[in-house]
Amino acid sequence: MHIPDGYLGPQTYVPLYGVSIIFWSIAQKKLKKQLSLKHVPYLGMAAAFSFLIMMFNIPVPGGTTGHAVGAGIIAILLGPWTAVIAVSVVLIIQAILFGDGGITAIGANCFNMAVVMPFISYGSFKLIKGRAESGKRMTVAAFFSGYIGLTAAALFTAVEFGIQPLIATGVDGRPLYAPYPLSVAVPIMLIQHLVLFGIAEGLVTLLLLKYFLKHERDLVYAIADPSGNK
Amino acid sequence: MTAFQKRLWIGLLIMALLTPLGILFPKLFKAGEAWGEWGVDQVERLVGYVPDGLKKLADLWKAPIPDYNFVGESSSMTSELFSYIVSGLIGIAACVIVFSLISRLIAKAKHGK
Repeated sequence: MHIPDGYLGPQTYVPLYGVSIIFWSIAQKKLKKQLSLKHVPYLGMAAAFSFLIMMFNIPVPGGTTGHAVGAGIIAILLGPWTAVIAVSVVLIIQAILFGDGGITAIGANCFNMAVVMPFISYGSFKLIKGRAESGKRMTVAAFFSGYIGLTAAALFTAVEFGIQPLIATGVDGRPLYAPYPLSVAVPIMLIQHLVLFGIAEGLVTLLLLKYFLKHERDLVYAIADPSGNK
Repeated sequence: MTAFQKRLWIGLLIMALLTPLGILFPKLFKAGEAWGEWGVDQVERLVGYVPDGLKKLADLWKAPIPDYNFVGESSSMTSELFSYIVSGLIGIAACVIVFSLISRLIAKAKHGK
């Protein structure tokens, strides 16, 4: 899901840089004001986890590969704004040091995986969980928070790819950037993530949440009192 | 560091050691690049040409460790896998460094109030 340089034209990557910068500036304010001190030792760990989980490429046999991102579980454990910063740092490191994701596409990649994903995951978790504080309902909520969050990120990525032929064509009428239209990009990205990568993300989210609930329940942002009164 | 945190760090190190699975499984199942992350040559093979804008931007940045591989594309599988693990460790180190700086800024902001 790491969009490389050259796949998005400036009409797409510049505004997405803008959107990501807005989210980063809100996130850093939120962190300075609201980040609970108990979460501080886990920031680097969360980023390292996201970095590593993205290295586990999962194959579609005979086809492409994909991976989990970890943004959903980070949002549940440390809060969605913390996840914005943690996953953005990871994506920037990946782009600069490892060429994974383009430099021009840092804004887009951060928007998809470090903004859309944590908020959609966090929202789905809260919504599905309802008032349940344990049990089956919580398990289902954890799985689908990862599953829906990753798939949503994939959908945004696919739309960004797919609108390129509509936005920018050369004098010969051929696309200047990502060549595939929406009708190809969206179904392919969605199916891969719905059938395979989303399930991996869901399981990662579920297993880690169970582990934290068992050993360090008070740490979990999404079930502790978010105002920090606890 | 609490015992719980120590356990998590050990878990992360084990993850780093297991990262070669992320290369080996795709090889085993003959899976290629992620969709939309092809190199310029592969785009040409897929659609028959390289879009002009894509060609111009594609090599904008020369990453120091391209594709988590510092031994080069033609080296042996073993050194590629080793390189992948080391990249994972470098990634962990980079995250820790960046967040120790960020944590310091946060601590300062909280004290300043």
